[in-house]
Parts: sequence; C-alpha cells; structure tokens
Amino acid sequence: MTEPSRGRERSARTRPLSIDVAAIARGTVSSRRPNLVTRPTGRAVREAIEARLVHMARSLSVALIDLTRVRILDFSCADEVVAKLLLRYLEPDRPGDTFFLFRTVGDLHGHAVEEVLGRHGLAAVCDFGDGRFRLLGPASPEERAAWSTLEHRERILPGDFESALGDRGETVLERLAARRLAHQAGDGSAASLSALARTMTNDNHGEAR
Amino acid sequence: MRVIEVPASLDYGTIEVLLARMDVDVSGPVLFDARRLRWIDPNGMLALLAAGKVVRDNGGVPRISLPAGSDVTGYLDRMGFARAGAEIFQPPSARSGRRRVRGSDVLLEITSITTNSDVHEVVDRVQSRAGAILSRTLRYPAAAVVQFSVILSEVCQNIIEHAEAPGWVAAQSYNWTKRLGRHVAVIAVSDLGRGFRASLAEEHSARFGDRWGDVTALEAAFLLGLTRFPDTGRGQGIQQIRKQVARWQGLLSVRSGTARIADAPSWSRTPPVEEGLRRFPGAQINIILPQRLND
Repeated sequence: MTEPSRGRERSARTRPLSIDVAAIARGTVSSRRPNLVTRPTGRAVREAIEARLVHMARSLSVALIDLTRVRILDFSCADEVVAKLLLRYLEPDRPGDTFFLFRTVGDLHGHAVEEVLGRHGLAAVCDFGDGRFRLLGPASPEERAAWSTLEHRERILPGDFESALGDRGETVLERLAARRLAHQAGDGSAASLSALARTMTNDNHGEAR
Repeated sequence: MRVIEVPASLDYGTIEVLLARMDVDVSGPVLFDARRLRWIDPNGMLALLAAGKVVRDNGGVPRISLPAGSDVTGYLDRMGFARAGAEIFQPPSARSGRRRVRGSDVLLEITSITTNSDVHEVVDRVQSRAGAILSRTLRYPAAAVVQFSVILSEVCQNIIEHAEAPGWVAAQSYNWTKRLGRHVAVIAVSDLGRGFRASLAEEHSARFGDRWGDVTALEAAFLLGLTRFPDTGRGQGIQQIRKQVARWQGLLSVRSGTARIADAPSWSRTPPVEEGLRRFPGAQINIILPQRLND
C-alpha cells in the first residue's frame, strides 16, 4: 500500500506501462471479437489491469490504457474499465501512485468514456488516436484552461505559475493534481501526464499484454 | 381446451390485445390460434413466446396453430420462432427441425438471453449483418453499427441484471410503406422476470411512499436512471439508450407490470405513459428506429 501523495512525486523514476485492453479482454472472455460488453466482463478486465499495476505499486508511474483495438465498448464496461479504475486510484488508500492516460478511438469509444466520467464527476486525459491529448469529463473552465496550458507547455516551474496561469494558477494546478490530471513534483513544478508518459517512453519499458 | 385467438396483426401496437385475452384460466391445455396471423414483428413474436411461457408456468399446456404456407410463416422461420417456441409449445411446431433461412432483413433471430456470454454472442453476431442494413436500408452513418450493438448489449444486460430470469431478444428491419413511408428496424426484448416495480422496490419504494407502483417504478428507472444497486455507475444503460434512440428519432417504450412508459418521436402516437394495462410479469422493451431522412 502506498501512502497518498495527491500527485506529488516521491520517486524520481517513472515506471511506465502500456496496457492493451483488447489483449486482456481476449484472455478474459471467450469472444471471437475484441468487444468489451457486459459489466462482469468489464469487472474482470479491470481486475486484470489492476493486477498488472500491482507490480509497480510503490513508485510513481504512468499507465497508458490502450482501448484502440477494442471494437465495441458499452457503458457498463466503460464504467468498470475507465471510471472504477480511476476511482480506485483517487482513493486515499490507492494501491499505488499511478496516473492514467487513455487511448481510444474517438468515434467508437469517446462517447461511452465521456458519459461514464460525467456520471461519476471524473475527468481523464485521453488520446483519440491522433496523438493529441484531451481532457474528457467534467471540469471547470479554470481547470480546463490550466490543463490546456500545462499540456501545451508540458512542464511549468513554480516561479512561472502566475505568468502562465494567472494569480490562481497554483491553486488550480493543485486541484488538477488532486484529481490526478496533472503531476506535481516534490519541488512544486507541474507536469502534464502526457509529458510524464513521454518520460515513460524514454525509459523504454515494454508494452504489457 | 381454452382457445386464445391471436390478432391478425401482432406487433408493438397490438400485443395488448393478446395479453388481454390471457385473462382466462390457463392451467389446462391452451391453444394460441394464430391461423389468421398476417403480420407480426419481433415484439409480437416475443409476446407469443411470453404468453406461452406464462401458460406453462401456470401448469398449463400451451399449443399454437400457425398459418400454413403464408408470408408470415416465412418471417417466423427466418426469425427462428419455431426453434425458440419448441421449448414452450407442445407439441413443437412442425417447422422446428428445419434449417432457418437467413434473410437479409433479419438483424437478429430470436435469441435466448440467460448469461453474459449470450450478450457477447448477440453483439458478435449482429455486427456481421447489421452494418449493411443500418447503412444501406436505414441510411445511418457507418459507425451506427457500434451504437446499435451497444444498445443491444445494454437491453440484454437489463434482462440478466434486473429481471433475474431468462428472456429473449430479436431484431428485424421492415418497410413501413403504409405507416411511415420508410424502412424501420425493430428491436424487441422481453423477459418474465420480476419486473421494474419489484426490482426497485427494496431500494426505492420508501422514498415514493403511497405513490409507489408500476408507473412510478418505470419513471424512476426510465426518467431518473435509478436501479436497485446503490452504485452511482449503474442505471446508465436505459439513459444512454434513450439518448441514442432520440438521436435517431426512434421510439423507445418499456412495458412492465400494468404500465408502459415511452419516449415517442413526432411520427408516433404512442403516449408517454399508459397505466391500468393487463398485468405482464417481467418487462418488454420495444425500440423502433426509422430510416434517416435526407438532410
């Protein structure tokens, strides 16, 4: 069990993991196609994802949940695989200091993901397959603006908060970090999750299937 | 032997006639006389199966007489009615052993839903044939097959999670030349489970007090997204189906107990709420998706 960090870094090393959800689904249910339907299927897939995340439980990490090879994603499965996974890692007793990025096909999954996030009041960072990350789910205009600026700049040092984000910049960034939509390091600097993920790529950890 | 005459036209608008005729002693042999049947849709087929199952569950012996050599028997064959009815009606229909003909208008044959793997099977199967019907016949965008599959998945899960009893699903496309001047796809789901009122009672009846009943239970599920589960993530299925069906300007109705609730588009005269209907154990969900008009 890792003590809650509210997004603040305690380990200098990120431990990246890309998780191919379609591959997990194929190993979980006897379906001819990579369809994520029914709540029990979603629950089983989420538990399989959580089992893989246990291995990197004690350090800062980023997990890329890749749904691009999933064909059908229904709302029950999206609730389990996206919303409940995020909820678990927002809890004070979360299993690890893991941040999440999602990669989906906008036309196929974007709506389901956005709806389940909205239902729980959650937001997530999501790439619709075009390499551009978006903030999905409910967020205040202030949070969205700050997130966009951070996404564009990748990292912002504490001394630049006000010039980059206005006089409430630090507060808003702390809120984004608390929602685990941004990462705040021990020195107070903020990083977008996609920038953190690129660090992950540089660390050259393989894809988990 | 009791004889229940099946209306000549049996679809989502006339199944109440059949259900009203069930108000007889069904504990002995009961014949469903469908020899004059000229038109039937998936709702009608599932209503016949449900009516037969009610007779069987009451200790009766349901039989059925179908019209010989007519178009309607072709429809029934293509939809796998004989196979589904073989488990209910005695003796099984003579056609039950014959191989079904897969017609291009069949989106999904009558399929029994008992487990989650049945839902996977439905979603797998429908994708291979729904795409052409949705895009060419109904003129929906290519991605519509995904939303259509999600709708099917969610309505089938409704059976497993809320009815706690087996049910059926079926879907077919029709040319509603006279009624609407357009093609439609009809999705029907039916179960003989505990119905919305009983499913929601323990968790929600107290808050509604004296108003609690079939209509209130349907409104709670349909309009408010309440379910018997305390989990916030539950209850999205019907809400999302409502949104998608509305985007396609379709009709969605849910019948349970003595009531029906509906989201009706401008082309339908279905009232938003009906009550005082003949009691139906379980639930029926009817979805009608019309061909898209030119923008």
